[in-house]
Amino acid sequence: MDEILFFVAGIAAVVAAAGTVFLRNPFYAVLSLVVHLLSLSLLFLLLYAPFVAVVQVMVYVGAVMVLYVFVNAYVGGGTEPQGGGAPTLRAFSYAIGLTLIATIGIAILGSGLQVIDGSGPENVRASFGSPSEIGELLLTKFLLPFEAASFLLLVAAIGAVVLARRRRGALPGEERMVAALDLLAPTGTGSMREGVGAINPTPGGFSSRITPSQGPSSPPGEHDGGGDDDGDAR
Amino acid sequence: MSTGWYLAVSAIVFAIGAAGVATRRNPLLILVCLELMLNAGNLAIVAFARQHGTTEGHVFALVVMVVAAAEVVVGLGIVVAMYRNRVPVDVDELRELHG
Repeated sequence: MDEILFFVAGIAAVVAAAGTVFLRNPFYAVLSLVVHLLSLSLLFLLLYAPFVAVVQVMVYVGAVMVLYVFVNAYVGGGTEPQGGGAPTLRAFSYAIGLTLIATIGIAILGSGLQVIDGSGPENVRASFGSPSEIGELLLTKFLLPFEAASFLLLVAAIGAVVLARRRRGALPGEERMVAALDLLAPTGTGSMREGVGAINPTPGGFSSRITPSQGPSSPPGEHDGGGDDDGDAR
Repeated sequence: MSTGWYLAVSAIVFAIGAAGVATRRNPLLILVCLELMLNAGNLAIVAFARQHGTTEGHVFALVVMVVAAAEVVVGLGIVVAMYRNRVPVDVDELRELHG
């Protein structure tokens, strides 16, 4: 029974992982990642890690996947243009992947470690991997990593809000709201949009404004020269 | 199942993720492939925790999940900021750092 479940989950994990890499539609790739994560949580269950498996399903399939799907729908990326770049570079990238498989495979299987052939202790104690034991470890032995992880989450949450927040710079076709602070701020210090040269282009800067008829994921060729002043928002 | 099988699955998934990071052009999908690599590492950690019969590895796996979640949040924030600023959401187009 163990073997059957392992092979079903393992093959599903590998196939779904390949799907995320090779599917061209970003939405399908993200859905393939969901399948991968679910089969991975099944593998965690087989390894007597019920709490990690449940957290995997809740955090990844529940929360992170919603983020991915939402941002995917928001950005609205169609199928990504493939093969447009350098084919030799793509082939080289896949060659890197194959080399990595060969290297890690040699490192694992050729290590000659006896323990790898076994599966650990035969009878797992009942408290192994239980929430109570993990919670006790988190609050005693790993208190510092626990606090560091919570602080990291706080920093990430604030950072995401700061990054994705609506800035002062107006979008094309919108009235730009003028605040009193604008008069005091030096040029180029306002928004990220201003920083990339779309609003107050600095001389010689890289201007990446796209005409509104084209989507942001349109093929290259939308750069209107470097640094000419497109003062649509002034 | 012996630990070696789990390590083999982990190695294959890790290599697939690395190839995806190298080939994909959409930053969203690069994040997805990074996710694959982190999960492959998690699988190896949990397999070794089972091998040793100690729960410490599970704590480690949970910390890796926290780091992955933080990375995803910041990465998707950057993608949204790119989209809002009308910068092409394509890593081949993003050759320069400005601002």
